[in-house]
Amino acid sequence: MEQTLLTTELDVTEAASVECASCAAGVRPLPEQRVFKPWVSSATTVGVLLLIWWAVTTAGLIQPVFLPSPQAVVGKAWTVSTTGFMDATLWQHLGASLGRMLVALLAAVVLAVPVGVAMGLSRRAHAILDPLIEFYRPIPPLAYLPLIVIWFGIGELSKVLLIYLAIFAPIAIATAAGVRHVDPARLRAAQALGATRWQSVLYVVLPNALPDILTGIRIGLGSGWSTLVAAELIAATRGLGFMVQSAAQFLVTDVVVLGIAVIAIIAFALELGLRWLQRRLTPWKSMAS
Amino acid sequence: MSPTQGLQFEAASVIYPGQSQPALHNVTLRVADDDVVVALGPSGCGKTTLLNLAAGFLQPSQGVVRFNGERISAPSAARGVVFQDNALLPWLNVLDNVAFGLKLQRVPKAEREQRARAVLAQVDLQDFASQHVWQLSGGMRQRVGLARALAADPQLLLMDEPFAALDAFTREQMQELLLQLWRRNGKRILLITHDIEEAVFLATHLVLMSPRPGRIVERLPLDFGRRYAAGESARSIKSDPSFIATREHVLARIFAHRGQEQ
Ligand SMILES: Nc1ncnc2c1ncn2[C@@H]1O[C@H](COP(=O)(O)OP(=O)(O)O)[C@@H](O)[C@H]1O
Ligand SMILES: [Mg+2]
Repeated sequence: MEQTLLTTELDVTEAASVECASCAAGVRPLPEQRVFKPWVSSATTVGVLLLIWWAVTTAGLIQPVFLPSPQAVVGKAWTVSTTGFMDATLWQHLGASLGRMLVALLAAVVLAVPVGVAMGLSRRAHAILDPLIEFYRPIPPLAYLPLIVIWFGIGELSKVLLIYLAIFAPIAIATAAGVRHVDPARLRAAQALGATRWQSVLYVVLPNALPDILTGIRIGLGSGWSTLVAAELIAATRGLGFMVQSAAQFLVTDVVVLGIAVIAIIAFALELGLRWLQRRLTPWKSMAS
Repeated sequence: MSPTQGLQFEAASVIYPGQSQPALHNVTLRVADDDVVVALGPSGCGKTTLLNLAAGFLQPSQGVVRFNGERISAPSAARGVVFQDNALLPWLNVLDNVAFGLKLQRVPKAEREQRARAVLAQVDLQDFASQHVWQLSGGMRQRVGLARALAADPQLLLMDEPFAALDAFTREQMQELLLQLWRRNGKRILLITHDIEEAVFLATHLVLMSPRPGRIVERLPLDFGRRYAAGESARSIKSDPSFIATREHVLARIFAHRGQEQ
């Protein structure tokens, strides 16, 4: 997840700097620069990696128990989707994981946005809540997982709670920053049109913070998804994380690789979906001024 | 009109925390009737501070600022503000930006849109009602900012260097548009600028300001804006020898005050 994020971002900046270097120098871009498309390079990287993977496994350089061939993984994807693995099909594992994510996300948005707004508006609320959030945020979820199990048992609640905690902090922090950084001229414009304090919050501060809130959700979804495997360590019977772990215990490496691939693809899809949502909901951020 | 009507600065001073010199020192000024009072001065002479007092964004350290006889203690819809960078709300389209003040006053949707459309037509933007504000040119955005202030029907219009960020052609168009709107709506206006020609063209009362401490150093009654409103063309006014002489006089006074400082 972090890896994909980083590479996409790097590609974008690289493309931008290429363009700017040529325009600053006042020269016409060279033909190969003009047709430069970042996604072609990214697709090439993925293609080359797949090719190497295919070559070393098909040539028998690596035993399938360490790394199964791509065709074996695709074949396994078919059997797991149809007959299943550990009493559930791939879709049921996927559905269980996405369901947990969705509940955790909804709970996090409903609670973190108001908390972030309060922190952004009131220095006191910030002083009270900031240490709490900053205290638990850097702790790896696996470290406080035992405590959550002791307190909340081994049911769905504990799994969702672990993911929820990972999503909550980024949304609250981003919302608070967005609220604090409201353009004072816009606030004054609303006041000079007769806005009450609550009207200012509702009609100026909140829409103004929306791009930051969406960025917080994007980051939160990333960290929530990467907490999934940890959450499904807790006596799960379904879920992608559970599928990977139980496959690892029986050395069913092709299912492990399959699970990792599906987790990565979902992470990538979430990222793209949120970016699309940001462009839809806050077009003024991606356009001029 | 009664003497308490309009905007009144009474020996107002502003000292910002941690500053040795007042940003504004002992300012007495009145904006009443259908005045266009223009405050002109170099950057740092306290023009924005003056306007923020009138808007109610800021309280004077000494003296008092009144509107219709009452002390100004907070911003109010009776005093509309047009900002230099227009401060529009990018998540609203043009019409909703113009109707925003009416929405805050809980005017029903149909009525506020009808009134906003009428004001948009006055600034010649009726065809752009459903556009995003970030799709407009700088001049058009500034017209939306002006329309937004006018739609709330304020008694006084406060404008802080409203045309400073525009190119020369657009700026002249906006100055003429402002005078047309002034003739039609008869609003009193307090406008801040550092553009001498703009100040001389628009003002019925020109106020020269000087920095360190920010204060009023001269006042000139002028009538070029009234002549434009009465139908004379802008070119004929601006090429009139008396316009040129006034402009040169103002320029000389500004340099004279700057010379005294050094
Ligand atoms: N919020 C503030 N805090 C401290 N000093 C300020 C503040 N705002 C303005 N000043 C100072 O007050 C003086 C007048 O500022 P301002 O009213 O913005 O002048 P102008 O609009 O004519 O350029 C300047 O010297 C400026 O540095
Ligand atoms: Mg200023």
